[in-house]
Amino acid sequence: MTERDRPAPEAFLREAAQEGRGRLKIFLGAAPGVGKTYEMLREAASRAAAGLDVVVGVVETHGRAETEALTRSLAILPRRQIDYEGRTLAEMDLDALIGRRPALALVDELAHSNAPGSRHPKRYQDVEELLAAGIDVYSTINIQHIESLNDVVASFTRVRVRETVPDSILEQAEIEVVDIPPDELIERLKEGKVYLPEEATRALGHFFSKSNLSALRELALRHAAQAVDAQMLDYLRDQALGGAWGASERIVVAVSELAGADGLVRAAKRMADALHASWTALHIETARTRQLGPEEHKHIASVLALATQLGARVATVPAENVIEGLKAFAVEARATQLIVGKSTRSKWFELRHGSVVDRLVRETPGIAVHVLPFGPGPDTAARPARPGPRAGWGRPAAYFYTTLMVAAVSALGTTVLDFLAIGNIALLYLLPVMAAASLFGLRPGLYAGLASSLAYNFFFLPPVGTLSVSNPENVVSIFVLIGVAIVTSQLTSRVRVQADLAGASARTNAALAGYLRQLTALNNADAVAHAACAEIARLLSLRVILLEKGAAGLTVEAASEPGARLETMETAAAQWVYDHGQPAGRGTGTLTASDWQFQPLRAGDHILAVMGLARDDGADPVRADQLTLLGSLVEQTALALERLRLEAEMRDVDAVRERDRLRAALLSSVSHDLRTPLTSVLAATAELRRRSDDPLLDTIESEATRLNRFVANLLDMARVEAGALRLNIEPVDLTDAVAGAVHDTRRSLEGHAIQLDVSPELPLVAVDPQLFHHVLLNLLDNAGRYGAPDTPIMIRASRTYGALRLAVIDEGSGLPPGREAEVFETFRRLDGSDRAIGGTGLGLAIVKGFAEAMGMSARAENRDDGRGAVFSLHFPERLLVRASSPDADA
Amino acid sequence: MSGQRILVVDDDLHIRRLLESTLSRAGYETIEATSATEALAQARHAHPDAILLDLGLPDRDGLEIIQLLRETSAAPILIISARDATDQKVAALDLGAHDYVEKPFDTEELLARVRASLRDTLIAQGAAATLIAGDIEIDLVNRRVVRADDEVHLTRKEYAVLEQLARYPGRVVTHKQALEAGWPHSYDRRTEYLRIVIRNLRQKLEIDPARPALILNELGVGYRLFAGLL
Repeated sequence: MTERDRPAPEAFLREAAQEGRGRLKIFLGAAPGVGKTYEMLREAASRAAAGLDVVVGVVETHGRAETEALTRSLAILPRRQIDYEGRTLAEMDLDALIGRRPALALVDELAHSNAPGSRHPKRYQDVEELLAAGIDVYSTINIQHIESLNDVVASFTRVRVRETVPDSILEQAEIEVVDIPPDELIERLKEGKVYLPEEATRALGHFFSKSNLSALRELALRHAAQAVDAQMLDYLRDQALGGAWGASERIVVAVSELAGADGLVRAAKRMADALHASWTALHIETARTRQLGPEEHKHIASVLALATQLGARVATVPAENVIEGLKAFAVEARATQLIVGKSTRSKWFELRHGSVVDRLVRETPGIAVHVLPFGPGPDTAARPARPGPRAGWGRPAAYFYTTLMVAAVSALGTTVLDFLAIGNIALLYLLPVMAAASLFGLRPGLYAGLASSLAYNFFFLPPVGTLSVSNPENVVSIFVLIGVAIVTSQLTSRVRVQADLAGASARTNAALAGYLRQLTALNNADAVAHAACAEIARLLSLRVILLEKGAAGLTVEAASEPGARLETMETAAAQWVYDHGQPAGRGTGTLTASDWQFQPLRAGDHILAVMGLARDDGADPVRADQLTLLGSLVEQTALALERLRLEAEMRDVDAVRERDRLRAALLSSVSHDLRTPLTSVLAATAELRRRSDDPLLDTIESEATRLNRFVANLLDMARVEAGALRLNIEPVDLTDAVAGAVHDTRRSLEGHAIQLDVSPELPLVAVDPQLFHHVLLNLLDNAGRYGAPDTPIMIRASRTYGALRLAVIDEGSGLPPGREAEVFETFRRLDGSDRAIGGTGLGLAIVKGFAEAMGMSARAENRDDGRGAVFSLHFPERLLVRASSPDADA
Repeated sequence: MSGQRILVVDDDLHIRRLLESTLSRAGYETIEATSATEALAQARHAHPDAILLDLGLPDRDGLEIIQLLRETSAAPILIISARDATDQKVAALDLGAHDYVEKPFDTEELLARVRASLRDTLIAQGAAATLIAGDIEIDLVNRRVVRADDEVHLTRKEYAVLEQLARYPGRVVTHKQALEAGWPHSYDRRTEYLRIVIRNLRQKLEIDPARPALILNELGVGYRLFAGLL
């Protein structure tokens, strides 16, 4: 297998993720009225007729007779009634549907928004849960409800729908386009056969124009074709059918607070799809973005959330300015495509600062820069709420102090006027101007400049006591004072904002580092859980709770406030997070009724715990600017918990290993100490035999041999009982194994003829040769002991269906009928008859223990003719080794 | 054959006495060592023709002693080893031991191993080019195998494995050594291939392939060519 043929690991992962999941089929239409629901029902009805368990979760027939007729053959789940503000809404009953577990569920109108109070705000999330529960789903959608096509459709129909479905849902689905020609659709519209959704009625005439319908139809067909294309690529990647499928393109899209940023994100998604690229939505945090209002921060957070939903990674990076930040990130992320919005700044601004785009293009060689216009998105009305706290007029106290300073300088000026030239007085006025500008900001600074120039004019410039200027030179000093005010205030405010930003960044890093230090120092999970709750609560001013899986479901492991508890509903939300590995609760898209937001703590694809966050005032627990810090904190907590888990596992493994080592040492020492004297006895006897034929020598020899086998069996049994068999599996030829065992038992089997029926054509078997040898020794020993004297012992190997059987057959009294299996029990001697013959009762227990450890099974039965016992070993198919011809490449 | 000197290394007095008695009966001169240190000194100064070594010595790890002895003496080393210590046997052979006998040993078997090891030294000095075992004749120069006057056709791999065994008659050849002889590329050296080749050789050469008497299996270690017939 060459490197290229090997399926990519992601393919395995994807397959694993899909295992047990239901399949989704979506009937995609270009516009309302094409007959999606009808088509879906028709197909479902034919599946139901073929015997599949089909249930209608929710289907809107809109009173159409043909459609309704189709539903009659199907089981329909009753809707759940929800009271909302005096109205009763009928929604799909998700729990009932999951409980009913049909093979296929029909869920119409995938883009539908659920009534408030439902488990998920969107119906597609219900469908996700159905799929996760292993239920196949049929659903319908119109092209304009697909998230990434939302803008495109709106651009030519001028109708924007609010209910959209993330592309990721469609990507996992099989898509069938339900298509009719535009003329026919218009015809049906005229006949009143089309039920129109609210959005379409508003611009009825325009929406259903022929050109629009044609464009929508083309879009739908193209999207379906692209989806098929993507699935084909996935397939190719799964099967590794050659070719370079590496996702070599990486797209970065810059997200700002400006309206229309969501359009950029959708455009990036389309480009990423077309190029099969990975993509990242990036927000650069600069001195300027620090001054943005809460509305704009919220907007940025929502755009980043949209990007996540569309499958992007998101990042927020602090930088001195946007260009530096973009450049650094794009290089680090090895981006190949960069998407930015077209600047809405004035010509004047660009003349002074240079165009961001120009500089980007110049300074990022090797990266394609795409400049897209910001579309005016109606759903993204984040109007720049300019006036920030410092950019405003400032506090009245600032003006009071400024006035005071100007007055003080004026007073000082009059006292020193006698020995200072009048020009130097003007310099004195720089003091209040600079002080006001640097302490209070631009506007108080300007006010100081104005007040100073007026005071200077009034008190010192001739004609003194008026606001007129006789000497034009003095006009200059007035302008200088105002100019100084502007420049100073701008410089100091920029320095101050940057210091703030650096401070915030340093605080964040310090907080993280401190947190990390604290967690690293702890060495038990309990302490980590408590420290995590306390620290995150302190850093983010939240209430924090940590839940872990206990014997009785999720239980509170630690909390920032002692004794904190969760309501039943909130525990359910936490359980959902634990099961699905995705955040839920307040501030997320799922189970939003809870005051708490729950975050999964994950290590790989394993969920370690769930962290709950809540704010005392019931607001969204996590502010947009805290998202990154929270993410890092949650990640560090998960890492710390995972580290402890691994350490504990390691300790267990060490303990087991130490025990094994001791046992092995003991066994080998016993083995050595018992065998060395036996070796001397046996060898000495053999030497003596050369000099004498005293029959007592036979006794010594046979008893010593027996003792030797007994020692071997005791050691073997100790290994079986301890479960400490270390297998050394290799392909073994049964001929070798049988011949070896026969050779080693030749003394104890004296008098028995050994009949071998082991064909050389049999496959090799994968066993531990040493253990297998002991199994055969004990079987032969047993046959020799219980077989009547001078009877033959037969060893027969035979193929059974897909397996192999090796039997040792003796001739003797056989086994007590009905109690055959008992012979394998330790110290079991049936009838007690073997006492006379001599045996330990261990041999057959070892046979069973070793055979099972190697994956075989051992069986004992009587011969069909009742003239003895048959002990057999069964090798299942996986133990058989078929070697292809070793001479193939000779 | 007589007059050759054999160094017996064992810390157990009874085993030493026994080995000495057996070996002198067969006409060998024996010298003794009871520890690794002594063994090394004897190997250096007494110039033994073969060394019988128990790996369970008190003062040094058994495998380490083999390496030290190899540096001191060219005499073949025979290990006395417990029956189920397969890993230890393979490691000892890899480190340069010639062969092993298992405890409890049969004295005749022990003498056969000693003879085979001593003869190895002769072959290495350029002796026998033809090997005769029963009705089988292996001509290592002309690469021919004859069974009762009929030439036996062997495949290239079969011959390569047989040749490796015949170069050291009576002495164990490990799986690794046999595979290296038959399969020049390390990626297809697989024990099951070797098993099949041995099976084919037995079909062509053994009188009763189900009870091999020519090519003997050494449990978990390798094969040995007709030791009993020497």
